Amino acid sequence: MELVINGKPEQLPDGLNAARLIEHLGLQNERLAMEVNREIVPRSRFDSHYFSPGDEIEIVRAIGGGS
Amino acid sequence: MSTVMKSTNPTTSDPLMIDGVAYQSRLLVGTGKYRDMEETRLAVEASGAEIVTVAIRRTNIGQNKDEPSLLDVLPPDRYTYLPNTAGCYSAEDAVRTCRLARELLDGHSLVKLEVLGDEKTLFPDIVQTLAAAETLVKDSFRVMVYTNDDPIIARRLEDMGCVAVMPLAAPIGSGLGIRNPYNIVTIVENAGVPILVDAGVGCASDAAIAMELGCDGVLMNTAIAGAREPVLMASAMKKAIEAGRESYLAGRIPRKRFASASSPLDGMFF
Repeated sequence: MELVINGKPEQLPDGLNAARLIEHLGLQNERLAMEVNREIVPRSRFDSHYFSPGDEIEIVRAIGGGS
Repeated sequence: MSTVMKSTNPTTSDPLMIDGVAYQSRLLVGTGKYRDMEETRLAVEASGAEIVTVAIRRTNIGQNKDEPSLLDVLPPDRYTYLPNTAGCYSAEDAVRTCRLARELLDGHSLVKLEVLGDEKTLFPDIVQTLAAAETLVKDSFRVMVYTNDDPIIARRLEDMGCVAVMPLAAPIGSGLGIRNPYNIVTIVENAGVPILVDAGVGCASDAAIAMELGCDGVLMNTAIAGAREPVLMASAMKKAIEAGRESYLAGRIPRKRFASASSPLDGMFF
C-alpha cells in the first residue's frame, strides 16, 4: 500500500503497524513523535496502530532552533 | 553542575520562577544556527542557561543516521527543553507543533508559542497568537508566549493563563537591541507573570539593559550563535544578565543634569 511519510509517497507492505514502520525506517532508537492524518499516535499505541492506504504520516524530532 | 561556584553568586537566592519551578539562570538560549553540535554544547554550557529552546521538525529518513542528536549533547535530564513553534504562521500549525512536542518529550507541557506574521519582520501575528494561546491553555499546556511590545496584549496574554510573556526587543535576529524601553517597562510594571525579552538582543550590553529595565529574563539565540566567537559571547551574555539583574535590584541613582562631587567638601585645607 502507499503511505505518505513526511510528505513523500512510499510503497510499503499491507498490514503494517506503527512499530514496524519505525523499525523499517531504522528509527527505533530515535526520540520521535508520530502523527497520522493530523492525529497524534502515542508511542504506547505503536504496536496496535495499523495504517490504511493513503495515510499521511508525519514523524518529527527535536532539533536545534531558536526563534 | 557548578553548584559550588553558584553558592558565591549573590543572585542565588533570587531564582527565576516560571510556572512554579525555580531556575538559577535568567538567560534562556536557543540552540539553532550553530556550526555543529559541539559548538552548540559549548555555547550552551558557557551561557549557564538551564532552559533551551528547540525546534520540532521532520525526521530525516535514511540520512545522517550517525550524526549526534541534540538530545545527546544537551541531555533532557539536565536542561529544561522549551519546544518552540518557530516557523508557524497560523494558530493551527502552532497548536499542532506543541502537541507533537508534548508527545516527543514524554508529556512535558512547557512550550514557547510564537506565531509569525510575515517573513520580512518575523513580527508576531497577534490575532493568531491569541487564538493559539487560548487553545493551548485549555489543553493544559504551560505557555511562554512571544509577543510584540504592546502592554495591552501582554496583559491579555497573562489574563488568558500564559505562564510567561516574552515581548520582542527588536525583530528576531536583528541585533538592534531594546528599541522601546518604555513599553518594556510598562509591560514589566503591569505583569504578574515573568516577563522575558525574546528576540532583538545584539550584544551583552543589550541583555544588561533588558535586565535593568526589570525584565525577569532574556531569551536569545542569534546574538550568541551568530557572534564571531559564540562560546565567548555566551559567557559575556551570562555575565551581562547577572550584572543587569543585580544592577536592577541594587537601584540605579537618579539622573541629574549637573555634577555632584563624591569627595567630602568638609575638611578641605585649600
